[in-house]
Amino acid sequence: MQGSAGLMWIYRGYVVAFFLYLVAPLVAAGVFAFNDSMFPSLPWNGFTWDWFFSPSEPKLGLFHDGRLLQGLGNSLYIGVIVAALSVAVGTCNAFLFVRKEFRFKNALYVLMVVPLVIPGVILGISILVLASTIAGLADQWFGVFLTSLRPGIPLVVMGQFSFLVTITSLVIIARLEKFDISLEEAALNLGASRYRTLSTVTLPFLFPAMFSAFVVAFLVSFENFNTTLFLVGSDSPLTITMYDRMVKAGSTPVLNATSVVLMLGSGLLALLSIFAQRPKRA
Amino acid sequence: MYDLSCTDLTKTFGTFTAVSDVSLDIPSGSFFSILGPSGCGKTTLMRMIAGFERPTSGDIAIKGESVLKLPPNKRNVKMVFQHLALFPMMTVGENIAYGLRCRKEPKSEIAGKVARVLDRVGLPGNEDKKIDQLSGGQKQRIAIARCMVLEPDVLLLDEPLGALDLKLREHMKIELKQLQHQFETTFLYITHDQSEALVMSDNVAVMNTGRFEQIGAPKTLYDAPASGFVAGFVGDATVLEGKLGEVRGNQGRVILEGGKEVIGTVSDGSKSGDAVEVFLRPEALKLGEGESGCQLGGKVESLLFNGASSRILVQTGRNLIEVADPEQRSDVGEGSAVTVSWTPDRARIFARRPGSGAAA
Amino acid sequence: MSRDAGRLSLILLFTPFALWILLLIILPQIGIGYVSIREKVGINTYEYGFKNYFDFITEPVYRNTLLRTAWMSILVTALALVIGFPIAWYIAKIARERSRAALFLMCLIPLWVSDLVRAYGWIVLLRETGVISMTLVKWGIISQPIEMLYNDMTVIIGLVYTVILFMIVPLVSTLQGMDDALLEAGYNLGGSRVTVFRRIIVPYAMPGIVAGCIITFMLTAGSYLTPILLGGKNSSWFTEQIYNQFITRYNWESGSAFGVSLLVFTSFVVWAGLRLTGQSLATTVAKE
Repeated sequence: MQGSAGLMWIYRGYVVAFFLYLVAPLVAAGVFAFNDSMFPSLPWNGFTWDWFFSPSEPKLGLFHDGRLLQGLGNSLYIGVIVAALSVAVGTCNAFLFVRKEFRFKNALYVLMVVPLVIPGVILGISILVLASTIAGLADQWFGVFLTSLRPGIPLVVMGQFSFLVTITSLVIIARLEKFDISLEEAALNLGASRYRTLSTVTLPFLFPAMFSAFVVAFLVSFENFNTTLFLVGSDSPLTITMYDRMVKAGSTPVLNATSVVLMLGSGLLALLSIFAQRPKRA
Repeated sequence: MYDLSCTDLTKTFGTFTAVSDVSLDIPSGSFFSILGPSGCGKTTLMRMIAGFERPTSGDIAIKGESVLKLPPNKRNVKMVFQHLALFPMMTVGENIAYGLRCRKEPKSEIAGKVARVLDRVGLPGNEDKKIDQLSGGQKQRIAIARCMVLEPDVLLLDEPLGALDLKLREHMKIELKQLQHQFETTFLYITHDQSEALVMSDNVAVMNTGRFEQIGAPKTLYDAPASGFVAGFVGDATVLEGKLGEVRGNQGRVILEGGKEVIGTVSDGSKSGDAVEVFLRPEALKLGEGESGCQLGGKVESLLFNGASSRILVQTGRNLIEVADPEQRSDVGEGSAVTVSWTPDRARIFARRPGSGAAA
Repeated sequence: MSRDAGRLSLILLFTPFALWILLLIILPQIGIGYVSIREKVGINTYEYGFKNYFDFITEPVYRNTLLRTAWMSILVTALALVIGFPIAWYIAKIARERSRAALFLMCLIPLWVSDLVRAYGWIVLLRETGVISMTLVKWGIISQPIEMLYNDMTVIIGLVYTVILFMIVPLVSTLQGMDDALLEAGYNLGGSRVTVFRRIIVPYAMPGIVAGCIITFMLTAGSYLTPILLGGKNSSWFTEQIYNQFITRYNWESGSAFGVSLLVFTSFVVWAGLRLTGQSLATTVAKE
């Protein structure tokens, strides 16, 4: 494009400034995990690993902080379940919308996308209300006490699942649409059964997308706050635990340490999913 | 006995008839082509034979036995797909072994069979290559090997050369023919490219709007087409439109638009007074005087140089006539006045095809 | 394949979809709609009517919170578009092949980091004892530490930060699909920069712009953490009201009414946006 060199430099400067804006809070959150101080702020008192590994108060390190570790465990547990469920249902949806013809397909497709534009808070309260109503009715009519419908991990899983399916479906649909149907016909023509065709040709082709969808679903579940907030019981996931700590106890660098671990973890997963999506070159 | 027979095969999609009342018999070991423009129903016909579509009526028999009840994975016809459909997540060896594994052949035999078939297609030792490491021509051969290793009764090929560039396509034509000889298997080849069909086939069926117009050896189709469609689709021809006048024996006089009259051979049941077309092959025409009625005067419009298939374009009245010029004559130049002539048996008269009209 | 098998597989594939949409999306929405028109008058006795909504409209605090959330969300969306578009353009059209991928990845990094961590980062930077304030004091630019948290400006900075990636990503993918020849043709035919931008670039990028704006707006209007943490207790964000009604006051009836109002309001904005730009939900949001 034409344009004076000066303008171009201003443009470049703007881009650089933007990326500084992007990384500044992350760097700030990260760096102070290593500051040997009781507060995540200046002055810099020297480098320390205490906020990760110190076994005792006052600088109780992340890896000895029972509540944070418990939250981390809950988050991993919820994330894996939710991601697995949403990939499974997302795969079914992909086959449904790419391969099948049925009435109202377009309207149902829009319905499939809709959860993405419902605010997370509303998904949270609506599922809470419905679950509690059902639990209440079960209690009232049959005298059954359905604990799984009271706030807790099962409800959190349902809440996150409700909108993650849309994301996984879209990811897998995009890949399935690129699938050349003649590959399946070739497999059938060579004598494979339908099941064998699915497991040796179609699913291997879809696998990178399923893996990415799993990673994305896991990360979004791990980070989710808005929906989870309303559905959480006593076993709170890490984001809720951190939030409580931040609001009630005030921030200490152990939260920075947790942030560092989260950033590293999700960065690693994100890279993994990108490599899985990338076409392999020999 | 025929390797493949279709009897009165019809396929309709809703109100649209894709294949209408098609019958064919392919003798064992021959190379049979179905030639037709896109949308003529040839792909549907092939998909019915492979079992991906169910015929509305009619029967398909392989080695004399009806296969209508068999699902695609139980039919012993193998198919080379238009874009080959090699499995990208498998190696060459795995691709070829796929069908053998589906048949649950013992592992020890599979490796040997794969190696032998790779040898036969001229790519020995390539088992561990990835599909995307192969060139276009190599992929082609692997796709054929993947089918041939299963020793099918019939090999179906769905325009497999379409994706290749021109040079490679010319080369693969010859190679396919050689492979067919080597494997001695019946090939059913579908294409819209007349030169592919003519070069490779023992027999060709010309298909148009769901029907076979003519089945015959390539030379028959070229020299004695049965309809205007075949005459126009197979080989090059200049078409002159007119009205059939007097008919004597099989010779007819055609009054062209513009009043000139020419003589040719009436090749279908056209009657005096019908709207007809006269087909003239470029190589049946020469510059110079001919018998009366078998010539048209004109002016050289342009010279098209193309080596042995060079052409001279002659403008006569409204028509532009293509004359073959294999020797690239130097005595004519653009604008020279010439006469184009022919012998009456090489000017073929057919009823005017629907859809071709004043615009031509 | 026989027709029966096709029918069976259709049913098998349709079941999970139907269960999901029905049990987790449609029924819950009907549920809060139902609860929102209910009013508790005694133990297990209810009356039905629009009193909750009436209360909501007549109580200025609630009404103003919704309006404020709406205005700020629209402002944040507009800012994200204005700030994000040049960045998306740079990534899609100016950066070289290699740095393009790297820049795009860098854009995505904050996406992989929790909202909470991002907001926390801003707190560390901006609060009275934060990095910026202390540095400015040290350099002698200000005489004593200043509190930069808990004002609208900070909330907007934080919100733009949280959502701008969702603006940039669809923009980049749309702009990457644009053939440079279109621009060259535009200039070649005598267009000025402004006309080329207005007549060629913007219409071409419209699906991306709409998608980005919808997602950005939804995320902003529905956000909770950023306004609360950066805006403090007085951020008056609407989601906070919902939380208060539901969790603090345990008044589900009016909380549901609030929820329905937010949903109706955001859906209306999305619908109006799609209408005005002539796009559809399936072609914009679902395209990523």
